[in-house]
Amino acid sequence: MSTSTAYIEGVGIWSERLPAWNTASRILRGEIAAPEEPAKRPSPDLLPANERRRAPDTVAIALAVGSEACAHAQRNPSTLPSVFASTHGDLAITDYMCDTLASTPGLISPTRFHNSVHNAAAGYWAIATGSTRPYTAISADRYSFGNGLLEALVQAQSDNETVLLVAYDIAAQGPLANVVKSTGRLGCALVLGCQPTSNTKHVMQWQLRESEEQGDSINSAKLARTENASLVAGNAMAPALPMLEAIARAPGNIVCAVGPKMGLELELAPMNEYSFRSVS
Amino acid sequence: MAESVADLHARRAPSPIARLCISAFTATSAVGRGNAATLTALRARASGLSRNDFGPQPVDTYIGRVEGIEDNPLPQHLKQWDCRNNRLAWLGLNQDGFMSTVDTARQRHGPTRVAIVLGTSTSSIGATEEAYRSLDNAGRFPQHLLNPLIHTPHSTGDFLRHALSLDGICVTVGTACSSSAKVFAQGERLIRSGLADAVVVGGADSLCGSVLFGFNSLELVSHEQCRPFDVARDGINLGEAAGFALIERALLEPNGTGPTLLGYGESSDAFHMSSPHPQGLGARSAIADALARAGLSADAVDYVNLHGTASRKNDEIEAQAISDIFSRNTLASSTKGWTGHTLGAAGILEAVITLLALEHSFAPGTLNTTRLEPDCPQLRIENTDASLQTGMSLSFAFGGSNCALLFGRNA
Repeated sequence: MSTSTAYIEGVGIWSERLPAWNTASRILRGEIAAPEEPAKRPSPDLLPANERRRAPDTVAIALAVGSEACAHAQRNPSTLPSVFASTHGDLAITDYMCDTLASTPGLISPTRFHNSVHNAAAGYWAIATGSTRPYTAISADRYSFGNGLLEALVQAQSDNETVLLVAYDIAAQGPLANVVKSTGRLGCALVLGCQPTSNTKHVMQWQLRESEEQGDSINSAKLARTENASLVAGNAMAPALPMLEAIARAPGNIVCAVGPKMGLELELAPMNEYSFRSVS
Repeated sequence: MAESVADLHARRAPSPIARLCISAFTATSAVGRGNAATLTALRARASGLSRNDFGPQPVDTYIGRVEGIEDNPLPQHLKQWDCRNNRLAWLGLNQDGFMSTVDTARQRHGPTRVAIVLGTSTSSIGATEEAYRSLDNAGRFPQHLLNPLIHTPHSTGDFLRHALSLDGICVTVGTACSSSAKVFAQGERLIRSGLADAVVVGGADSLCGSVLFGFNSLELVSHEQCRPFDVARDGINLGEAAGFALIERALLEPNGTGPTLLGYGESSDAFHMSSPHPQGLGARSAIADALARAGLSADAVDYVNLHGTASRKNDEIEAQAISDIFSRNTLASSTKGWTGHTLGAAGILEAVITLLALEHSFAPGTLNTTRLEPDCPQLRIENTDASLQTGMSLSFAFGGSNCALLFGRNA
């Protein structure tokens, strides 16, 4: 398969110890220590005031990182098609739904029910930003980030678009936490373009490769290369961390797993003025 | 500067796509297993809806329940994935020779070159609900349900990868009731990008407490059999289904026959989590984009399988959009009076019904309905025998996600 090129215009990230890209990129480069005090949950300022406090964690985090990445890219969020990736969706709502169904099914909250759909964060994003562009919401177990990234790259390339990728997972709660392994809260977002612009931050060559010999190890082997990235290593979206590390430390190469036998090979380089002139 | 270009992008019509060949398709729902049973029920106007008898304290409504799931456990080598949703998916896979067509594609292209894009809304959550109903004294899942493979949205996608022995891209789309329509769009992009030679697209969604009690809490469920587009309609019936299609690059021979994917359109309402846009804005732009990708005008569409849930709002807004967009010669109907609303599987189920309509020159009407919503001359109660060259299927979802699919009869 041939190599394609995408252009990273913006990045967003939120977790308790990696609270925004400006700070997180320096932490991931090892320039500064992670803050001792965990950050408070971001306020979903895009939502109407009466909805902010009761917004599910997944929605608050997805909206925060999506906004940050769009601002970084100087893109109007309403103009971008988007891909939302989450391994498990809102695990707190899943716990609530199953717990209530087991005890008092007739008392299910209608709001929590419609917030239980896997595309809840995507739907709130579209409403809050006024975006009528298509969104999708995907899941692929431990390959959720890789498949979200791949779908965003495919949309950017095949439809000549600038695409927003948002990826997030939260901690498992209640009895489900014995079976589904996810701790902490992590969200990240990328604005990926198909053409270089004056806002391009990084150039990324990508290629989907069959990587049979590496099997499942391509996922874990690349995890938490720095101690700081291991701050959220227990989160189901932790497979996004090597990519974020690579962006913070570019130039560099990583493999992002999209399945047990498939990997996305990524080669990242900062987009300096010279390379902008040479490709445009 | 970047914004003005992006704004232009936002308004432009999508470019036409090369049509894709649909090498195989199948659906299993309350009206029966596989295409022949589905077609027979549609022709005979035999509804698959029955009184809700699902789970403890059943809600007073009708459901479209697939018979025999309880008696059909998964084969030994797939036992790890055993749950209602994956059993339903397995039942669906084993109809109409679908597995052998995938096998042929796997041998022709190689196991990493055949992708899986599966749509589901609630996936295997029924198993999680069951575990919460049967916690042990320490508040833990019972042993037989202590299995992470059946407590995650990708459960059925992962199951399919093993059941079909495929090693390519395998991903789940979870956009509620548009899920298994949007899989055609994602699959087309994978083929166009050269990342797959063939894609198994489809969906599976099974009945569970979450949706029965959830839709009931929103007061959207009818106590009777649903009556899509009837002036006196009073709500939806939930159902379950599994369906699949294999899409591949169309052969270049001019005399190729067989159904094709001509176009698709995706949009979002940006309006409300559980109510459609009052003017059907997103629905209209999804239809327009599907036509643009196919390079066809609305007049070319012979049949439209509508979302038509029988909710007050959906049907009113959808009927208005259909009457504004399509010619009076277009036939339109909702088949949810046969199957119920199968949520994340509705996209593929109704895509298959549309493909059957094209293949058999037969447009199903609308079951249980006696007085149609006025001012939409395209709506049909009765079945119609007519030569149909192109058919559209519409799916709309919570979170304002819309998808329109356009199919052709011959390559």
